[in-house]
Amino acid sequence: MSRPDVVVTGLGATTPLGGDVESTWDAMLAGRSGVSPLTQEWAGQLPVRIAAQLAVEPSERIDRVKLRRLDRSEAIALIAAGEAWADSGMADAGLDPERLAVSIGSGIGGATTLLAQDDILEASGPRRVSPHTVPMLMPNGPAAWVGLELGAQAGVHSVASACATGAEAIALGLDMIRSGRADVVVAGGTEAVIHPLPIAGFASMRAMSTRNDEPEKASRPWDKGRDGFVLGEGAGVVVLERADHAAARGARVYARLAGAGLTSDGYDIVQPHPEGRGAIRAIAKAIADADVARTDIVHVNAHATSTPVGDLAEIVALHTSLGDHPVVTATKSMTGHLLGAAGALESIASILAIRDSVVPPTINLDDPDDKLDLDVAALKARPMDVPAVLNNSFGFGGHNVALVFTRG
Amino acid sequence: MTRDEITSGLAEILEEVAGVNPDDVAEEKSFTDDLDVDSLSMVEVVVAAEEKFGVKIPDNEVQNLKTVGDAVTYIESNA
Repeated sequence: MSRPDVVVTGLGATTPLGGDVESTWDAMLAGRSGVSPLTQEWAGQLPVRIAAQLAVEPSERIDRVKLRRLDRSEAIALIAAGEAWADSGMADAGLDPERLAVSIGSGIGGATTLLAQDDILEASGPRRVSPHTVPMLMPNGPAAWVGLELGAQAGVHSVASACATGAEAIALGLDMIRSGRADVVVAGGTEAVIHPLPIAGFASMRAMSTRNDEPEKASRPWDKGRDGFVLGEGAGVVVLERADHAAARGARVYARLAGAGLTSDGYDIVQPHPEGRGAIRAIAKAIADADVARTDIVHVNAHATSTPVGDLAEIVALHTSLGDHPVVTATKSMTGHLLGAAGALESIASILAIRDSVVPPTINLDDPDDKLDLDVAALKARPMDVPAVLNNSFGFGGHNVALVFTRG
Repeated sequence: MTRDEITSGLAEILEEVAGVNPDDVAEEKSFTDDLDVDSLSMVEVVVAAEEKFGVKIPDNEVQNLKTVGDAVTYIESNA
């Protein structure tokens, strides 16, 4: 039996740039930064006092009582999944729930719940700890809540591969449909850890930008002045569907998820391989899996987080894998780094680049690194035909995930 | 504290914790069957009631508190 094609029929997101996909995409094309100062009292003591915070608070979409039971990462996963589901028109399609799966991961999970409840434990004792604590902090919580809301019964999965999570969750969805375990998979990533402890941890690694007085300029992938990533929060979710299933119900198809490549570096717990070997293999696998030629990949949505070392390793990997012909962009320059949601949000940007024939810009690339030998859509969106796009995601732990989307 | 006062105190807690409309709270109402309070929310209601009314409600008592009236009686006689 031939392998089924998989298409994308729904998109959903809530991000630092907007409360849904279209407002996020409009802001990206306009080159807006979602980074702002952290004005919370706790931020005063931190070396990093900027972040890319949600444009729309979950409380504007979910009622107060329900929100009490949800970690912020779960709430925004529900919001993004709800948008994607509605967008796909699946609610009226009579889908058998036993053919519907969920694959939504988080890089860090319910850390803010854990820390808030620990404060309560310390201050008031164990009896005051919320009975909702465990389902709020468990890393499968976002996937489980989405599965519950949609009635998914083909399986609910939550991969964790740090900053590659969102892309890996989508790759798992692809596998599930190809292997016949589901007809539809609601897939993506979510992250909400803007809290002093994760920030202090990343800051102690010297991984974060400390450009506190210029928040909108802080995330600057490939720029000589880059000094680390900017933490962002948000969720991105796509509806993956077997192509013939989508065709049979006359669904609108955004793009085809043509292939995925996953590798691990086996090199260091946090540093990427300096020659990008794991990334190169992931890209090669994705292109082979998609059955496209290297030259078909005209656009790359790069992982590029604005760290001095990581950005360079990816340049090497891209140049080795694809040469210098694709138009590359780093949308993290606008969204900040959404960690476990990044790969999902950037998949959405990749898909919309196909739809609208435009590559979103890499803002703040004022003074490109001398080693940047790629064609970057610097500062301004670039209109161009995008029949095929590569989306890279890499994560602490040496995870490399490359996805290829093509026009459906 | 009168039974009515305890009932309205419970209604405030139920609204905060489980979104129950205070107008729906009456002594004959069952927490689970009538007011849709699930087991985790019931734990929160109990802890909040202990604080509000200055009582101890041991876990083995909670299972006997089927209705709002049961809880009012328990609080009335143990506060």
